[in-house]
Amino acid sequence: MISIKDVKKIFSTKNGKVNAVDNVNLEINEGEIFGVIGYSGAGKSTLIRMLNGLEIPTEGVVSVAGNEVSRIKGASLRKARQEISMIFQHFNLLWSRTVRENIAFPLEIAGVPKKERLERVNELIKLVGLDGREDAYPSQLSGGQKQRVGIARALANNPKVLLCDEATSALDPQTTDSILDLLVDINERLGLTIVLITHEMHVIRKICHRVAVMEGGRIVEIGEVLDVFQKPKEPITKRFVQQVTEPEETKETITHLLNAYPNGQIVQLGFVGGSAEQPLITNLIRHYNVTVNVLQGKISQTQSGSYGTLFIHIDGESDEVTRAIEYIHSQKVGVEVISHA
Amino acid sequence: MLNEWLPNVDWERMWEATKETLYMTSISVVATFILGIILGLLLFLTSKGNIWQNQFVNKIIAAFVNVFRSIPFLILIVLLIPFTKMILGTMIGENAALPALIIGAAPFYARMVEIGLREIDKGVIEASKSMGAKTSTIIWKVLIPESMPALVSGITVTAIALVGYTAMAGVIGAGGLGNLAYLEGFQRSRYDVVWIATIIILIIVFIIQMIGDLITSKLDKR
Repeated sequence: MISIKDVKKIFSTKNGKVNAVDNVNLEINEGEIFGVIGYSGAGKSTLIRMLNGLEIPTEGVVSVAGNEVSRIKGASLRKARQEISMIFQHFNLLWSRTVRENIAFPLEIAGVPKKERLERVNELIKLVGLDGREDAYPSQLSGGQKQRVGIARALANNPKVLLCDEATSALDPQTTDSILDLLVDINERLGLTIVLITHEMHVIRKICHRVAVMEGGRIVEIGEVLDVFQKPKEPITKRFVQQVTEPEETKETITHLLNAYPNGQIVQLGFVGGSAEQPLITNLIRHYNVTVNVLQGKISQTQSGSYGTLFIHIDGESDEVTRAIEYIHSQKVGVEVISHA
Repeated sequence: MLNEWLPNVDWERMWEATKETLYMTSISVVATFILGIILGLLLFLTSKGNIWQNQFVNKIIAAFVNVFRSIPFLILIVLLIPFTKMILGTMIGENAALPALIIGAAPFYARMVEIGLREIDKGVIEASKSMGAKTSTIIWKVLIPESMPALVSGITVTAIALVGYTAMAGVIGAGGLGNLAYLEGFQRSRYDVVWIATIIILIIVFIIQMIGDLITSKLDKR
């Protein structure tokens, strides 16, 4: 659906040239939700803007849904853009138009007759759950509602690809989740390919099938979301993964726990996929003569399975504790014994 | 009773002059609105980072606008005498004032249009591009509607300035309340005429401001 080959983007600034995107190669499949994560300045925004020709690559080829976006211009680019929609961090709605008129705008651009336009707009309003707000102006809507208008507007011309430029970064966590649910729903119902960029691992975790991590204009790591969560290779990826798996205060808590439980072992368990759903702790205390204390844990769902970490304290005869830990190892669960520093 | 207080005021002439002033003002406001929007759009679109980015064209328009904006109106009328004679064949009457009024006000308004357009969120223009909009669609359906409150409040200010300009033009023979106040009032020391003409001009200004404010607040959905 989307192929990016040897793409470079160099910006000339007063302080010399900046390689915003540096030799990126990427294939995104049809129907996939693909996430690009990186800190600001990593080049992810430039990358996504090359997918609909808002930026033209300095070198390389970008093709989306059969259109060579990096080459075409004028009318054929405008036509292609109707198949490659975009939603934005700050929604970018026309404040002078009502919800209905905003959603109708891309249909006006595509030259859809008025009657069909009205029908399509009503359909879209239902799809994104804005019933009853049709005649409101953007200034009367909440952030989440504005983004729903943005999504409806983006879907108006039945695009093949939806680009999300930090689409949830201006929203509160609860609204973010409802928008993400809507995106998954659209992806499943319409088979739409979604490319999103974000700096929040939560967004990747919640809806993406695959993820690419960008740093300094390059893709440093790419893979299935669950794999990346399980075995992050690059330090930057590890930092992103920690955003969701480890609550901020984990380090402090562990130091505190180590002092509070001088006997026994504190073990960090990492669950991935199916293993996250086994009754591991139950088996542990049934089969071994140990006491198990759950200290802290978090399990998160991704699109292709669950992923989590759990901190437990195992106490008992030291032989028995060792055997219990070996048992956990045999269960394909990541184990890390945290020793007294 | 009015005649006792205002012995020299000929109400019929006053009304004629008022109509002349309204005529000059309204024609020049309409022309300034159109011309100013065109100039303002060109200034905006050719500026750096915009759709028709073109340093050269931008500099030329900016120079034109700045020159005509800086010439004092009274001098502008005099400078434009040959031009006015060429296109209208006369220097007298309310039509003769129009070229100077429009050429004096349009550049002034163009700058306000440009400021209004600059205030539109760049993201909105980008979103329209991402939907496959043509430049003409962006101009008609995004730039003009989104800046409309600024365009209206700008033309209100310009219209008020134009009322003042018509009075000045009147002094050199263009008719209207300024002409009446100067020739019939000031030069013959009939100050009641000057006063009444002034009061009528004030009323016109207040009405323009009121209408402008009303439309602006109606249009502004932000």
